[in-house]
This record gives sequence, structure tokens and C-alpha cells, in this order.
Amino acid sequence: MRAAVLVFPGINRERDMARALKLVCGHEPAMLWHLETALPEGTDLVVVPGGFSYGDYLRCGAIAARAPIMDAVRAHAAAGGLVLGVCNGFQILCEAGLLPGVLMRNAALKFICRDVHLRVERSDSPFTRGYNAGQVIRVPTAHGEGNYVADQDTIDRLEGEGRVLFRYTAPDGTLDPAWNVNGATNAIAGILNERGNVLGLMPHPENHVEATLGSTDGRGLLAGLSDHFARAA
Amino acid sequence: MAKGSRKTREALRTHAPPEKLNRKSGQRTKLKPGASPRADATGPVRRPIEPRVSAALAAAHGLTAQEYAHIRSLIGRTPTFTELGIFSAMWNEHCSYKSSKIHLRTLPTAAPWVIQGPGENAGVIDIGSGLAVVFKMESHNHPSYIEPYQGAATGVGGILRDVFTMGARPIACLNALSFGAPSHPRTRHLVSGVVAGIGGYGNSFGVPTVGGSVRFHTRYDGNCLVNAMAVGLAESDKIFYAAASGIGMPIVYLGSKTGRDGIHGASMASAEFGEDTEEKRPTVQVGDPFSEKLLLEACLEIMAKGCVVAIQDMGAAGLTCSAVEMGAKGGLGVTLDLDRVPCRERGMSAYEMMLSESQERMLMVLKPEKEKEAEGIFRKWGLDFAVVGETTAGMRFVVRHRGRIKADLPIKELGDQAPVYDRAHVSARMPASVQIADVIPPIPTMEALLRLLGEPDLCSKRWVWEQYDYVILGNTVQRPGGDAAVVRVNDGPKALALTTDVTPRYCEADAFEGGKQAVAEAWRNLTAVGARPLAVTDNLNFGNPERPEIMGQLVDAIRGIAHACQALEFPVVSGNVSLYNETSGRAILPTPTIGAVGLIDDYAKAATLAFKAPDEAILLIGETAGWLGQSIYLREICEREEGAPPPVDLAAERRHGDLVRALIVEGIATAAHDVSDGGLLIALAEMAMASGIGAELDRAPLAAHAFWFGEDQGRYVVTVKAAVAEKVLARARASGVPARQLGFTAADSLILQDERAIPVARLRERFEGWLPAYMAGAHG
Repeated sequence: MRAAVLVFPGINRERDMARALKLVCGHEPAMLWHLETALPEGTDLVVVPGGFSYGDYLRCGAIAARAPIMDAVRAHAAAGGLVLGVCNGFQILCEAGLLPGVLMRNAALKFICRDVHLRVERSDSPFTRGYNAGQVIRVPTAHGEGNYVADQDTIDRLEGEGRVLFRYTAPDGTLDPAWNVNGATNAIAGILNERGNVLGLMPHPENHVEATLGSTDGRGLLAGLSDHFARAA
Repeated sequence: MAKGSRKTREALRTHAPPEKLNRKSGQRTKLKPGASPRADATGPVRRPIEPRVSAALAAAHGLTAQEYAHIRSLIGRTPTFTELGIFSAMWNEHCSYKSSKIHLRTLPTAAPWVIQGPGENAGVIDIGSGLAVVFKMESHNHPSYIEPYQGAATGVGGILRDVFTMGARPIACLNALSFGAPSHPRTRHLVSGVVAGIGGYGNSFGVPTVGGSVRFHTRYDGNCLVNAMAVGLAESDKIFYAAASGIGMPIVYLGSKTGRDGIHGASMASAEFGEDTEEKRPTVQVGDPFSEKLLLEACLEIMAKGCVVAIQDMGAAGLTCSAVEMGAKGGLGVTLDLDRVPCRERGMSAYEMMLSESQERMLMVLKPEKEKEAEGIFRKWGLDFAVVGETTAGMRFVVRHRGRIKADLPIKELGDQAPVYDRAHVSARMPASVQIADVIPPIPTMEALLRLLGEPDLCSKRWVWEQYDYVILGNTVQRPGGDAAVVRVNDGPKALALTTDVTPRYCEADAFEGGKQAVAEAWRNLTAVGARPLAVTDNLNFGNPERPEIMGQLVDAIRGIAHACQALEFPVVSGNVSLYNETSGRAILPTPTIGAVGLIDDYAKAATLAFKAPDEAILLIGETAGWLGQSIYLREICEREEGAPPPVDLAAERRHGDLVRALIVEGIATAAHDVSDGGLLIALAEMAMASGIGAELDRAPLAAHAFWFGEDQGRYVVTVKAAVAEKVLARARASGVPARQLGFTAADSLILQDERAIPVARLRERFEGWLPAYMAGAHG
């Protein structure tokens, strides 16, 4: 799997993501500066990592969504290529129009860094083939604006088309407002676009890939992607 | 110097009328030598009128009559207005350490692993494998009280710059926060703003905030403390320093533009607060973590490319301090051309530019042949880059602006001739020890435990640290909530243990013992995770040093710190002094915060405090006499804040710690925790709450309240497999370390002989409940 990790000014989890990709998939990803206009030849997966692009001084992700490299990312997605946005990356993909909805301030109006439990809703997506449907994974969140909101029609479509891929739940996988870390609509933590090739996800699977650092639950996502491309090849 | 600040503000107002911000700040004009950055600005530029320099104006700048006279004799004339500003910036307490200098010299600063001790931007220690750790702690107390979010945020920004200025990539931040009584009307506002500010800066910059401490006491009502520590990693042969070298070398200004924010920030931090505190809001700087992140990446990139000769961040007293330090340390003069300084506002005077504390700025001496390459890198990151001066042979500090010489001063004397005071100091009278028999327990032990767990100083600080990103960079082995944070070094197996500690109520009762204890407590916390303690940074927060009793606290605390650092081979490699922490004549508790770094050879072997399994033996390492003086039990349960603090026996400290560390490294100890605030039963409850596993404890060998809640020093709780308990106790005896078995881990309740059992879940409820409820407005 050939991955490219985008680097906007103010992004700060690009090293974490690159390190996790190397560790889990065995390949060093290409690091792509925001002023580039093309993806490296043969890019399988584009990763938009977490951080505070442009300081998030405007709406989160709004400026990065208009960076030169994003046209290439849109073209890649339009051609069916895979795109993964994590945290600020999710916000950027929403602002870029690649995913519906918006990420509002957390319901508690505070930045929250905490391990959360996510229920994997489907395992038949390239992003979740490393998990079983219904499996609960523990990964960290670290964001101030991860409260997913969209109009009712959009929410209905996301739910109806099975595009909600990850949900905040209790450790046993049951829905419980007490475990919905940011108050997201329907406890949505991660969604797919219509075509199923673009995923936006608030928590950080890339920070849970080593047992000695707490958990390996984040590996499944990256390993699953790697496997997906290995089979396709 | 404390009284002049109000007048200073008035002086500033008269000569510098507020003007509209230059909204064109986004525009980057390539500067030709001598070109004014304001050339592109439209509209009339108001030329500030400079006030006449007089003794009264000097006093308004916080300079005493003697200091002003010294300045006049030093330069042989009356200083210009700009020069007066420069002297006030260099000679205030914050920058000159004039009250503390002679005492700080007594601190031990050397060890074979010390690469750089105090005097640079940060301390540097060798951790082997060609790597060095760069770290320092610094206070941002006054700004945080005036404007908590920006004050705390820029405190974090400043200390991060100190670390990456030396060529290190920051890998962790910690902090130590002291707030007023929970019932004080301003406390909640300050907690909320300070915590959000620390998180807002560190999270965006992208460094994990992995540890710290939070306390409340009425003596911080009018003066909260925000001490921020940053830790960075560098290659030990690629450390960058401030000393300039070479004559005629270009001095380059990097980073954000200069504005009118923070003018006289350092002078403000060198005066006590009075009625006019609110008026000082404009002296607080505004932080921009986004720019700082870009500055970090750009600096590390040009350092890696070999462009940098010397580098200094613009912190307190901005351009003045950084330029003078680079020249003076390198034995060179410096000439600055202020017309080339990138400005955010039009019409700034030389005085304002020299004193501005706008954030996220650096000064560098570059290799002339690398100038183009360095500029390219800075442009790529969208940062300002301007050659603003050069090094000279003359040992003069010359400032030019609009075709005039605004300052021409002897550079060496600006720093070296700063006043040094041996201020009068008296030690406080030693309070009498509190005898066990004099303390009648008003409530049963387990009831006291529950009360204490929900007490502001002992309760969980989760509400605070969950607002900090502590997982970013993917190396956080032990998260907040343990004895020390553990952060892996690159891909391991080495890791750093990090902590910040001090017990201000001990220091108030006996500053010498309190100073010792702060160091010993830090050493103990590093030891409790299995680390070898290496070095400390000290952040000395005290009241007005012009009062002999306050100066006495400072002198005694430094003596205590020196004593402990010597005995524990734990040198001080960097530090900061914050004085004048008083409001309307009432000083804070003496708070010499100790930040410390230890090394773990294999992070997989680090110990945590959580009980691991039922039926393991719980052992207490160290002697328990039942010391109740200055204990939290005495304060909270008996409502008595009195007595001598527990003494620290440094030789015993070392023996006990060395044994515990060995038990951890050899894999014998399954859990370890130091016994500190609140005493033994609090420590045991914390071990239970961290795991959900309870304990069955034997009857206390002395009066229960003294045994369970006394705060005797040099103690740890460790758990071991039951089968090896006897062997471990024998080993302790053989090493001259007092040790006893307290009982066994068991099920899910904390059970004390003759007392009611309390489920661990109930302990947690108490422990986790207070702070979120308080911040939601439930009490206080």
C-alpha cells in the first residue's frame, strides 16, 4: 500500500500517522506539502492527519480545505481512491466537501483528551476489514471540536445507507450518552462518503498501535487497509 | 521599584497614543537594507513624542535612585528615553535576578552527565546513545492572574521556545499550578482560563502535556502561580547556544512581527500587585501557537542545514534582552537597525520596539553564506525573516532608528553591571512539633479517608489534565495521574520520567526543610516509576524580597534545595525566579517548584501505582513515626494549620529509594507508589482506585490517625508476590531500610481492621467528584 500523508502548516500528528503506517503496514508513507499540486505516482491512500491546520483560527479545517493539494485529493477520491481523514483531517474533508456535515465544539465546550470506546458498525469497508462488525475498540480522542452535526436528511441518509462506520459507545458496545465524548449526533465518530472510499474519523487510531503504550486497537484500521490493497494487487 | 508601575503606564500612554492595528500584517514585503517596513502603510503616521528623562521617570520605570545614579555614572550622561527603557528591562528583577543571584550561586550544578547548567536558555543533560535532554521550568504568574488564558498560554509558548532555541524538539510539557481558596470569587475563573490556556497552546503546538500538579490555598487568592516546564530531545553534539561569534555577522530577526503587546511585561512581573492590577492587562502578551509551531519547524530545519551560529529567543524584554545576551556572551558589540524590524503596527517608536514582548520571535546570527538558504526555509514556513543588524568589534550596543542613534550603551556592563543585592533576610521562627497525643481524631479513620479524597488538594485532577493532549507524538508510556509521567525516547527502550513537585505549606512552616522536601519529593516520584533521577530545574516563587522575612524564606529554601541536590546527586541545570508575588501586602506561600527528569533504561520495566492482582503482599518502605505537623489531615480534618513540617533524612531517602528502584528494575515490585500528601492511607487508596482492586490492611502499630495520615518522608508502598514478601523484607533489613507488611491486596474494597470497609468504587466517586462539581459551580 502506497500512502501519502498531507502536511499543512499547523498539522501536528503527521509524524504519529507516518510512524504508525510504517509500524503496521511496513511502508514509509510519502509526506506531501500543502503547496504540491499532484499526488505521488501510484498513491493508494491519502491520509489527512490531525492537528491545527492554520491554527484553526477560522473554522477548523476551512483554510486547509482550500489548499493547492486538495484538488489532487478531490480528483483521487473522484477516481475511487481511498482517503482517510483523522481529527483535523475529518474536519478538513468536511470543509472540502468530500464528506457531509460539520464538526462543532464539543458539547462540554472543552478540549477533551480521553480514551473512548468505538463500536465498529461494519467490517465490509476497506477501512474496517481489520475488525469484526460490532467489535468495540478503545482509542484516544484529543479534540475540542468533534461534535458531529448535519441536517436531518443527511443523518437519515448516513444511517440508511450504512455510512456510519464508528460510533461512541460504552465499553460493552451499548449506546449511552455518558460515553458520547463530544455529544455527536447519533454518537457518530466516523462516517463514509456515498461511494464508501472516503472516511472521516475523530479519534486517533494511530496513537493506539503498541501494547506497551496502552493498546493495539488502532492497528486494525491500518492493517485492514494494507490487507485491502494487498488483495487488490 | 514596586510602586512605579502605575506611573509607567501613564508615561506610556502619553508618549504612545493607541493607534489602529495594521491590518496589512499578512503582507510580506521583501526588505531592502534600510527600507522601512512601514513604507507600504498608508495614512498619516503619528510620531510619538519622547518624554524627558529624569529621576522621576526612572523611578516610574522601577529603577531606584541609586540604580539611576549608577546608570548615569556608567555612561557618563543622562540616558535617552530608549536607553532608560533598555536599562529598566535589563535591570528589573525578572531579567537580572538581582535579589537572588548571590544565593543561586550556591546551588550544585555539576555532574558528569550535565552538558549545560544554568545560564543558557535551558539546561542540558546527557542520556547516552548520543542524545541529550534539554529542559527548563518558568513562571508566568503575574500575566496569568491578569489574563488567565493568554497569560498561561504564553507561559507555555515561552518555555517551549527556550527548549527548541537550543536545537531540541520538545517532547513533553508539565506544569505546576497554585490557585486561591476554592471559595474565593476569582478562583474558578482563573482555573478555567489557565487550564484552557495551557491546553490551547500545547495542544495546538503539538506537544503532549503529561504531568503536573494543582493546589488551592487562600494565600494564592490574589496571585495564582503558573509554572510551566518543557522538555526536549536533541543530539548531544548539536546543541545551539546564544553566544554570537565573528565580527560583521548578520543578525537576523525571525518569526512573528513586533507589536505593542507585552511592553514592560518583565517590569510588571517584577512588581507586586495592588489596586491597579486590572490596568496591567495591556502588558500581557497574546500567544499564537500556530506561529510557534511554524517557528519550531523552521528553526530545526535551518539548524539541521548548518545555517546557525547563535540563536536566542525573544522572551522577557524581547529584542533588548536577546540582542544584548547574544553580544555580551560572545564578547561582541551589536548594532540594530530598527527600521528593518518587521512591525505589526505603524509608528512604533524605538522605545516600544526594544521593549515589546510580542511572542513567537527569535534572533539569530547566521553564517553569511547560508543566509539565502535560511531565508528560503523561513519563507516556505510563511515566517518573517529580516536582517536587522550585525555584530561589531566595539562592545557597544547601538540602536538606530529613522536615521538617529537611539541608544549607544556598553553591552557588557548592561548585563554585568546590573545591580546585585544582598538583601536583608531573617529566618522564620521554627514552629513547635505537633505531638500525636495532642491531636484527638474527631472522626473514624475511614470517614476521614473519604473526606480527604474529596478535598481540593488531594482529589483527582482529571478535569484539568483531560484538557491537555497527553498522547500526541505517540510516546506517552505513563499518562497523567501517576507518580511521574513516563515518556519514551524515540523508539525506546529508553524513557524519561518527569515530575513537578513542592509542598508550599511545609515551606511556609520551615523554608529550609520545605526546600529539601521539594527536591526529595521529586526524586522520590521519579524513583517510584523506576527511574534514575538525573537533574532538576527550579522555579522559585516568592513574595517581595525587599521584606526581610520573605527574603529569609527565599534564602532558606535555596539552602534546603542545595542541600538535597547535593546529597542526592541531583544537580540544578536551569531555573527561574519569580518574586513580588504579593497582593496588597500579602505574600503567597513560599513555592519553590522543582521540575525533575529521570532516566529509565527500558520503559517496559517502568512501575505504575495500580495494584496488579489480588492476594499480593503490600509492603511499606520507610519509617513511620506518625508526623502530623503540617499534614493535610491536621488541616482538613482537625482544622489546624500548624506545626513543624516532616523532616527529610537525605541519607535515608537515598537508601530507601535505591532499594525501591532495584525492586522495580528487577521486576520484583509489581506496583510502586510514593507516600506524600495525605499520608499512607491516601497512597493505598490511590493504588486501589487506579486498579479497582481493594486491600485488607492490618491494624496500625501506633495511633491509627497518625499511622494512616501522618506525612513522614522517604516512604513508598510497593506490592510483591506474597511468596517473596519475607525475602524482600529481609533484603530491606540487610540494606538498613525499615520495611513492614501492611496487608494484602484483595477483592474490590478497602478494608481496615475494626473499621467499616469502603468499596473502591465509592472511593473513586469521592475522588473524581469534587473538581468537576466545583467547576460546574456546585460549591464554593
